[in-house]
Amino acid sequence: MLRYALKRLISLFISLVVASVVIFAVIEVAPGDPASFMLGVNAQEDTLAALRAELGLDGSKIQRYFNWVSGMLVGDFGTSYTYRTPVSQMIADRMWVSLPLALYALTLSTLIAFPAGIYAAARRGKPGDLTVMGATQLGIAVPNFWFAMMLVLIFAIKLRWFSAGGFAGWDKGVWTGLHSLTLPAIALALPQAAILARVMRSSLLDILGEDFMRTARAKGLSRRQALWRHGVRNALIPVLTIIGLQFSFLLAGSIIIEQVFYLPGLGRLVFQAISARDLIVVESVVMLLVFAVITVNFLVDLAYAGVDPRLRGRS
Amino acid sequence: MSRNLILGAVLSSLVLLAALMSFVWTPYDYAALDIPNKLQPPNAQHWFGTDHFGRDMFSMIMVGARTSIAVALVAVGIGMALGVPLGLTAAARKGSWLDEVIMRGNDLVFAFPSLVIAILITAVFGAGAINAIIAIGIFNIPVFARITRGAALSLWEREFILAARVSGKGAARISAEHILPNVANLLIVQGTIQFSLGILAEAGLSYVGLGAQPPTPSWGRMLADAQTMVSFAPHLALIPGLAIIVTVLGLNLLGDGLRDWLDPRIRVARA
Repeated sequence: MLRYALKRLISLFISLVVASVVIFAVIEVAPGDPASFMLGVNAQEDTLAALRAELGLDGSKIQRYFNWVSGMLVGDFGTSYTYRTPVSQMIADRMWVSLPLALYALTLSTLIAFPAGIYAAARRGKPGDLTVMGATQLGIAVPNFWFAMMLVLIFAIKLRWFSAGGFAGWDKGVWTGLHSLTLPAIALALPQAAILARVMRSSLLDILGEDFMRTARAKGLSRRQALWRHGVRNALIPVLTIIGLQFSFLLAGSIIIEQVFYLPGLGRLVFQAISARDLIVVESVVMLLVFAVITVNFLVDLAYAGVDPRLRGRS
Repeated sequence: MSRNLILGAVLSSLVLLAALMSFVWTPYDYAALDIPNKLQPPNAQHWFGTDHFGRDMFSMIMVGARTSIAVALVAVGIGMALGVPLGLTAAARKGSWLDEVIMRGNDLVFAFPSLVIAILITAVFGAGAINAIIAIGIFNIPVFARITRGAALSLWEREFILAARVSGKGAARISAEHILPNVANLLIVQGTIQFSLGILAEAGLSYVGLGAQPPTPSWGRMLADAQTMVSFAPHLALIPGLAIIVTVLGLNLLGDGLRDWLDPRIRVARA
């Protein structure tokens, strides 16, 4: 187990280094000089040079890369070109929207997918199964931002149960905050729930064919008892992996959903920064998201290997 | 043939036909403004209604299908053209450093949140269909490389490959003449799935303004335009959304159906 963990840790490290180099390089070749963008076309050359020095844009590429990476390691993400505030502060503020949104969506997705998947597996081939499977096919095909617009149309504009967008803030209470995240979370959760329900169903169907399930029935458990005590428990292992992977997906996926609901999260920050050519913000937020995704995947792999020793040998 | 396969094939070819048809005929000029008739709900003259400039939605959907299909198809093409040779090479040189490099490179691309990187690429290099294609295509490469390698590895153990080796064929020739035809089914099925994911990705990118640029109609941007008008003209959002759903659903069903149909073992198991 230790050897496996170490091996995965090294590949995690390599992934992060390569990711940072790629992101840095992509931003480097971006056309446009941030300093001249900020000061306008009539700026004097010496003013531009001074600003470049202030923003740390004057060193060599390699030097700037190491400054960026070493800064991030101690939580210093640089200073935003447009807002002149520390990027780390901006990220921390936005995180309080994006992270709860992703967690909320993950919870919803799990709450929908588990019963749906178990129900479908227990009624394999019957109308109930076919209905759930049909619904999941549809759920996978629906673009979440379109579903979000439909939710706004129905629940915000027609029924007026929720606001059509914006975020009330956590300082007005947890419920107010959760309330304004509800529609975005549903929109984000639906396609994921569809995928998860399918995984749950097929995982459970695999387990139901196992010998120990027959043994459970033979020793006198009812279908229902056998399903819950032995079936669902064993089926959960692959399902938990997918849930782990979905978390990172939801965090990244919230970028587009935040646009629909005008939520002040990381996604909106990225788009605002893109249009203002505030590349240091784009660079840092993208790196942070990539870091989150790669790290979560690593932890899921590790947890999975901890549960299932067979996976340790596979690389 | 399963119901999935038939339904999937019907839906997919419907969209494909609409896209092909749009080259020679649309009910109206998709770019023609007709302000007096703006925001009409679906009716006999305008089957899908008109948008805020009075443009015919049916024509825009038809031309938009062209954009979606073109972007997704080329992105799948990139993935196959680069991923399949990589996968074949990795399998032929199993265990070598080349295999290791290819597979680790794959893992790396897999680990990236594709949407975030696609947004980064299009944001830096400029919004547009070409950059959207590249951004989506890059993430198709490891998918095809991995699936090709996995299938090819088991084929390399088979007797007919041994026979080919004995007859003096090199690894490259065996890969091209014997391995590739035997993994083609798998690649077609995966291609269909990636195609549908590409349609969704293109819609997402053009929704946030990073896909095809005006005046080229695209479903994602039609939805972005519709957003502020959804309260008084819901058809503007409903119709492009349904177009995306029909396409993606069709392709997914087609992919599932093809997989079952092309794999006789599953066909027996399911019966």
